This record gives sequence, structure tokens and C-alpha cells, in this order.
Amino acid sequence: MSDVSQPAAHPPVTDWVNDFDHTDPQWTDDPFPIWEELRATSPVVHTERFLGCYMPTTYEAVREIANDTEHFSSRRIIVRDVRPEVARNAAPPITSDPPVHKPAKQLLLPPFTPDAMKKLEPRMRAICNELIDGFIADGKVDAAARYSKYIPVQAIAHMLGIPESDSDLFINWIHMILELGIKDETKLLQAVQEMSAYFRTHIEARRSKPTDDLISYLMNAKDKEGQPLEESHVLGSLRLLLIAGIDTTWSAIGSSLWHLARTPADRERLIAEPALIPTAVEELLRAYSPVTMAREVVKETTVSGCPVKAGNMVLLSFPAANRDPKMFPDADKVVIDRRENRHAAFGLGIHRCVGSNLARMEMQVALEEWLKRIPDFRLDPAGTVTWSQGTVRGPRQLPFLLGRAM
Amino acid sequence: MTERLRVRVDPDKCQGHARCKALAPELFELDEYGNAHEAGDGIVPPGLEDKAWLARSNCPEIAIDVIEE
Repeated sequence: MSDVSQPAAHPPVTDWVNDFDHTDPQWTDDPFPIWEELRATSPVVHTERFLGCYMPTTYEAVREIANDTEHFSSRRIIVRDVRPEVARNAAPPITSDPPVHKPAKQLLLPPFTPDAMKKLEPRMRAICNELIDGFIADGKVDAAARYSKYIPVQAIAHMLGIPESDSDLFINWIHMILELGIKDETKLLQAVQEMSAYFRTHIEARRSKPTDDLISYLMNAKDKEGQPLEESHVLGSLRLLLIAGIDTTWSAIGSSLWHLARTPADRERLIAEPALIPTAVEELLRAYSPVTMAREVVKETTVSGCPVKAGNMVLLSFPAANRDPKMFPDADKVVIDRRENRHAAFGLGIHRCVGSNLARMEMQVALEEWLKRIPDFRLDPAGTVTWSQGTVRGPRQLPFLLGRAM
Repeated sequence: MTERLRVRVDPDKCQGHARCKALAPELFELDEYGNAHEAGDGIVPPGLEDKAWLARSNCPEIAIDVIEE
């Protein structure tokens, strides 16, 4: 069942400033020097690839675009090789523009407040410890494949009321949509159809046997006129919660563990001062922000003085913004006790990530439980760290040796 | 003469990142959607000044004012 295929390759990039490609292996492995080069050239760069695509390189330019819903539409949120017609209710509210965005967003916000997340925390601690139980005696582990991957998928499955045992199915769909789908339309469509069919079965089951999970919550939700949501809206939001809930936080937890494996001083400090973990999580989110969203230019305008033309996509790189030295002193250093940290890892403006409180809680719990039980770990020199491609960046293979080095 | 501080959240700018509530729970409250507003009249009790500035400097939407009165 599992589709472990790799996305197709584009011609390699030789001119990053005028011909960038966020799916190039060089970018996937180490994007940070590339962003620096682009930022040094212009606040907004352009490539002819992906049918024409801009990328803001500074925090200011990213903020400008994120707050400008008149010239930039969210109907397309992934930069891809093709641009077919988009379905209405693709994944509301992330694919919605004003004025329909706000009611769709408000519907999803109450189940994701910090207080709601506190209630979920004990279950998250149990999930983390069950996962650690599965490998701690082995002395080595792929921390991406056996730890960071399963924390968010089990959390969102728990909230949606779908079986945690279907996790590998969900992870495969996400891979097909967010990575393979950039270059292969059929993979994306197949995953969307399979997800919709899956959720339809669960919706049907709840008609006779209502539950208190997010599927029932959306089925029972009413719009402003007091009418139930259209089925396409319910399905779109369910797909969004599953897509957005998985490899984003998988990536954030994985990158954090990757950093701590390579930085014993930070690891030792967090073990000695666990109260610093929430602050460190913010810094790890800034330094290794997983998510790059996209917008479509729908009206010609300028961004930080640079003209942008309608019909092009925009790679709205929150990760690059978070490395802007004008915004963050020592932007390329991880400073785990950084006090002033206005990072944009969860987006800016109306599309702020609905699940940000969930992601923060998962990251804190995942690091706390790991450090409590596995204070010593390092990268396995015999293994290879690999990174995902495209929309969400995080380690997909993270080979660790556990315990004190011999 | 000691200055008194007051915090204020701009409801049009707040997008519910909830950083202020996490960093200064005494000074901010969240509504049912997770959007923030100042607790009570927003006056910062003595000893919490640092938290007020911290909340301000960590709001991604620049939605928090700290007013020196």
C-alpha cells in the first residue's frame, strides 16, 4: 500500500537568483545558504519554473504579502508544475479568500484553543512514551520514522475520531499530495479521492451513531444562516485537518531532535532547565520552520518595491523570513533562550495556522518526554539524514544512536 | 515617579497566535476562538512589567501595545 516513491526531478538549478527551484536536491538538503544568496540580491526574486513563481526573501516582504488578500489569493496554496482549475471548498479555510474565509475559520478555531489542547496533553504524553517503549532498548532508532512521524498523526486521528491504526494510510496520502503532487497531478487527485471516500464512510457511520469528535462537530456545524455546511465543505475541512496536522509537526519535532542530536550544549541545558523548553521550541520553530505556503498573484502590484505580475504563484517562505538578519539578530544561529522572537512559523495574517496551539503542545511534550528518557543521543554516522521536498521541510530519515557514545 | 504600564490588544490585528497568553497569562485572556484581549482594564500590576514587554515583543502580528502612563 505504502507509496515510497520519490518525486520526479527537474533540470538542476545553476542560477539560483533567476531560476530557483524549491524542489532541487540542493535546496532540499540545505536551503539556508540559498535563501541568504537570494535575500542579498532582492527582497523578491522570480523563476520561470512552475509557470512563473515569485519568492519574497525578507520578513518584511513576506508580511506584506501575507496581509494583502486583495492582490494575493489563497485559492492555490501549493506551488506546482501545473495549474488546473481549483475546486471550490478544496480545503477551507486555508484555500479561502475573504469574505468566505472568516466564517470557515471561526468554525475550526474553538476545538484548537490552548485550553482545548491542555485536555489532550495527557494522551500526547502517553503516545510519546508508547513510541519510546518500542525502541529504547535497541540502542539505535530512526527517530523520524519511529517517533516524530507518529506523534502528530495519532493526535489528529484521535481528534478526528478515526483509527490511529490507519496512520500509515494518512501519511501516504500526505506524501502524495504535498510532495509527489507538485509534479504529478494523478498522485494528488488519487490521494484526494481516497481521502474523500475514507471520510464519507466515517460520516455515514456517524449518521446512525453520533460521536463527540471533529467529524461529528463539522457534520453538526451550521453556517451564518443556520444551515448545515455543504458536504463538500465538511469534506474539504476534514482533508485540511488531516493534511495540515501531520507532516508539519512531524517535521518540526524531527528538526528539533536533529538539532539537539548535533548540539550537546543545548541538549544538556534543556535537561538541566526543562522550564526553558517552551522558549526553545519557539526558537526551533523559527530556525527550522517547516511550512512554506503559497499564494497566487491575482492583481498586479509591488512588494517591497518589486513589481509582481498577475498569474504567477508566490512561494510564501515563512522559513526564509525567519532567517532574515534584519528581523532577528544572529538569525542563522539557534539561540534556545532567545527572548524576542516574533517568528512567522505559523504564518501571518488571516491564515494563521489553526493548529498552532496543537503543534506547540505536541512539540513541547515530544521533547520533554524524549529528553526525560533519552538524555544522550547523537546522529548515527553509519546512516543518512534525508529531508522532505517542497511545501513542508523536515527530516524523513533521522538515524540516531541512543545512550552515551563509546 | 514610577510609571504605570497598560497593555492593549488591537482586535483587528490579533490572529490568535496566543503568544501573549502563554508568556503573560496574568495580563491577557483568550475568547472562544482563541483570539486575545487584555485582562480587565489592561493595567499591569507591579512586578509584571517584564512580562508585558515580553508579550509585546513576541506577538507575530504586532497587535500588542504597551502604554507608559
